[in-house]
Amino acid sequence: MPLWSAAGDPPGWQRDEPAPPRARKRKRGRKRKRGRKRRGTRAAAMPWLDFLDDVRRMNKRQLYYQVLNFGMIVSSALMIWKGLMVVTGSESPIVVVLSGSMEPAFHRGDLLFLTNRIEDPIRVGEIVVFRIEGREIPIVHRVLKIHEKQNGDIKFLTKGDNNAVDDRGLYKRGQHWLEKKDVVGRARGFVPYIGIVTILMNDYPKFKYAVLFLLGLFVLVHRE
Amino acid sequence: LRKNVEDFTGPRERSDLGFVTFDITADILNGKKCIFDWNVKQLFVYLSVEYSTKNNALNQVVLWDKVILRGDNPRLYLKDMKSKYLFFDDGNGLKGNKNITFTLSWNVVPNAGILPLVTGSGHVSVPFPDTYETTKSY
Repeated sequence: MPLWSAAGDPPGWQRDEPAPPRARKRKRGRKRKRGRKRRGTRAAAMPWLDFLDDVRRMNKRQLYYQVLNFGMIVSSALMIWKGLMVVTGSESPIVVVLSGSMEPAFHRGDLLFLTNRIEDPIRVGEIVVFRIEGREIPIVHRVLKIHEKQNGDIKFLTKGDNNAVDDRGLYKRGQHWLEKKDVVGRARGFVPYIGIVTILMNDYPKFKYAVLFLLGLFVLVHRE
Repeated sequence: LRKNVEDFTGPRERSDLGFVTFDITADILNGKKCIFDWNVKQLFVYLSVEYSTKNNALNQVVLWDKVILRGDNPRLYLKDMKSKYLFFDDGNGLKGNKNITFTLSWNVVPNAGILPLVTGSGHVSVPFPDTYETTKSY
């Protein structure tokens, strides 16, 4: 028997053999208990660190995957919008009513669905959305008068239902009539109120940034 | 749906201006039932004239319009109405025009959904006189 055998060595055990499993089991149990307690105290103190831990734990590949997912959602939305533009023939198939000049039919915040097909000629009584040259804002009014030539050239006058006079005062200086090229589309259907969100986002840009930021955050962090 | 229109006209120089007085007797229905169902918010009714001239193959002018809200009676019984809007032609095409057609149409505005434009059955065609009126008895 070697002279240097330790006092705690179990009897009959030779030094060059691996240590018996008894000691290892005890150590593992102790570590687990210690670990659980530590995490508990840390989480109670700073709960948002848990969320950041989640993000850090996502390895690079998962992060790229989330970004690609986000890109796919944005592209699909864009494709649907462009598809609508093709089907309706209008450059802006959905518009929000911005003024009260068509009350009581349409109020500020209503959403209109437009078509602008060449086969449908413009006739009186139709509700058209048009842009005046040099101005961005589209106007939603009803056609009051049309004069159409044999070859299809048409000039027309509009008026808001709720306005006392026709729109000549709104047109460009010297312009007396509107033409087909000024038309964005004809209103075919509508839903009330929903466009209020767009008006809010325009009037309060901070609201718009907040919504976009929250959306982006949600998509990036969402695990699926 | 019926429409009786009698007119009294006096075109002017430079651009023809027509003066019209009319009667409307109309009952707006949706087939056999009432037009105001659960999804109809209002009716926008308008009287329009359609005619052809030398300058323009097709002209349409709205002479008069009215909003009928849900809850109001969809029957119209109007006599001796004057046109709400000036009936100007683009040029001098009203003088001696044989065929001016008056039609009543309406836009059904729903609470949400499609916006149909309906033309009433029954229309009246009138000729305009060959001369201009120099004194206004309107």
